[in-house]
Amino acid sequence: MTEQPNVRNFTINFGPQHPAAHGVLRLVLELDGEVVERVDPHIGLLHRGTEKLIEQKTYLQAIPYFDRLDYVAPMNQEHAFCLAAEKLLGVTVPRRGQLIRVLYSEIGRILSHLLNITTQAMDVGALTPPLWGFEEREKLMVFYERASGSRMHAAFFRIGGVHQDLPPKLINDIDAWCDAFPQVLDDLETLLTGNRIFKQRNVDIGVVSLEDAWKWGFSGVMVRGSGAAWDLRKSQPYECYAEMDFDVPIGKNGDCYDRYCIRVEEMRQSTKIMKQCIAKMRAPDGQGAVAVEDNKIFPPRRGEMKRSMESLIHHFKLYTEGFRVPEGEVYAAVEAPKGEFGVYLVSDGSNKPYKCKIRAPGFAHLQAMDFMCRGHLLADVSAILGSLDIVFGEVDR
Amino acid sequence: MDDVRLDTLGQTIVGALPGAALAHEVAFGQLTIAVETSKIVEVAQFLRDDPRCRFVNFTDATAVDYPGREKRFDVVYHLMSPTLNTRIRLKGLASETTQVPSIISVFPGADWFEREAYDLYGVIFVGHPDMRRLLTDYGFDGHPLRKDFPLTGFVEVRYDDQEKRVVYEPVRLNQEFRKFDFLSPWEGADYPVLPGDEKAEVKP
Repeated sequence: MTEQPNVRNFTINFGPQHPAAHGVLRLVLELDGEVVERVDPHIGLLHRGTEKLIEQKTYLQAIPYFDRLDYVAPMNQEHAFCLAAEKLLGVTVPRRGQLIRVLYSEIGRILSHLLNITTQAMDVGALTPPLWGFEEREKLMVFYERASGSRMHAAFFRIGGVHQDLPPKLINDIDAWCDAFPQVLDDLETLLTGNRIFKQRNVDIGVVSLEDAWKWGFSGVMVRGSGAAWDLRKSQPYECYAEMDFDVPIGKNGDCYDRYCIRVEEMRQSTKIMKQCIAKMRAPDGQGAVAVEDNKIFPPRRGEMKRSMESLIHHFKLYTEGFRVPEGEVYAAVEAPKGEFGVYLVSDGSNKPYKCKIRAPGFAHLQAMDFMCRGHLLADVSAILGSLDIVFGEVDR
Repeated sequence: MDDVRLDTLGQTIVGALPGAALAHEVAFGQLTIAVETSKIVEVAQFLRDDPRCRFVNFTDATAVDYPGREKRFDVVYHLMSPTLNTRIRLKGLASETTQVPSIISVFPGADWFEREAYDLYGVIFVGHPDMRRLLTDYGFDGHPLRKDFPLTGFVEVRYDDQEKRVVYEPVRLNQEFRKFDFLSPWEGADYPVLPGDEKAEVKP
């Protein structure tokens, strides 16, 4: 009848300056009509050579680089590096230091999840959630600033503890925020959880089976969405997570909507952990030092430096030469908001890391884009990308 | 898992894979298995499927560069077993020309990690379907994480207003890169004989 029209696949470039690309991702999409045949993510546009730079710096100087990896939850990254170095050094952080670390890790988790669920909603067409969510993020970043002096790049966790104790007023304010936040979450949920359009865009999209999730190196929300009750805070507890009472939400279907629901519930659980931290910090056994007393690792207080010659020497040595870390290699991981954030640290016994491999969760998740998007429609790509929770600081390093 | 159980697990693995898994070591509460690099696929397959192991989660793959050695790279894999709730580290040796088998058939998640190790260290993986550079620039030359690669690199880019494009030029430093030498140890220098010290030993 009519001759066969000339059908060919269409290749388009998604990004690197696309608002739904969550940063500088370049996706080369091969489309058959509107169906995605192949996804080829090109990354590295934000590669800054963090691992190379860390090899040239002392252990203390390496910490700020971790803030700049996943810059929506900076302290969680510092935490992994500190844990790795502390394992090599064999030091234990005092209890109050641990509580402050846990408190701020959970603030980081809420920061990250708020950004993720609201911008993912924006990717699928909702505008209000980011406006509501960012208001809370702003308040949390003020807490970051009041503790460390910086809204984002805190460098607050140090090897051996945290940089400073929190003022009592700040603890009270965080406490008050924890009381108010669940209501905000409820409001946010009225916008999304039952929303017909949001569900149409997310339910049964980007389904991953648990077996595939493990094999692809997924972690965090990505395996919990597929039904594994796996959370490093529970299964391999670090710091004082073992004494915290919280639940690990898991999904059943492994789709984008389950992952959204898990993130919302995790924020509620994080608020619960924060409340417990504050209660424990106010208890008598929660008082005391926030970092190890050993001045060969942790610098002395400023006040002591004015009076004691030895403190002055310690300070000078720590900020020029740094401290030496015993030879060995460790892998330490934390449950960062996006999944398992690990640091593989090799020390040759000098004052600089011989090798510091940063294992970012987003890197493992993004490589599965091809596997997850195949056969989906073009519009689903941005929904899946959003639910993977990608931040380019940590993917490109 | 405590060190004793990790040690037992290590013995089990080394015993089950003669010639492929060479030795095991427990340090800092973590189990390391030295593997024969050419048999890494066999080891990974065993660790994933054996009911005593079930290391189903691929965590990480990377390399470490020791330029002084004949086989300069350690190729390092991290796997995790949710069943045993433990991690394992596999270490194999490779030189610049060793062809390391890709474990992508066992763990598809190894894809980008191997590409990254190739990109940054120049470790050659065979059997990988798509071995391109990953993190560095299109058309980049060299392997930046090698210890003999300078921190500043070799080229720098800028936008040229006349040519209306980004141009690549050899890197030009206004100040030499400062690298401090911290030879004096923390505990105090172990000085050679100081002037005058020799008199202390002299018997009158």
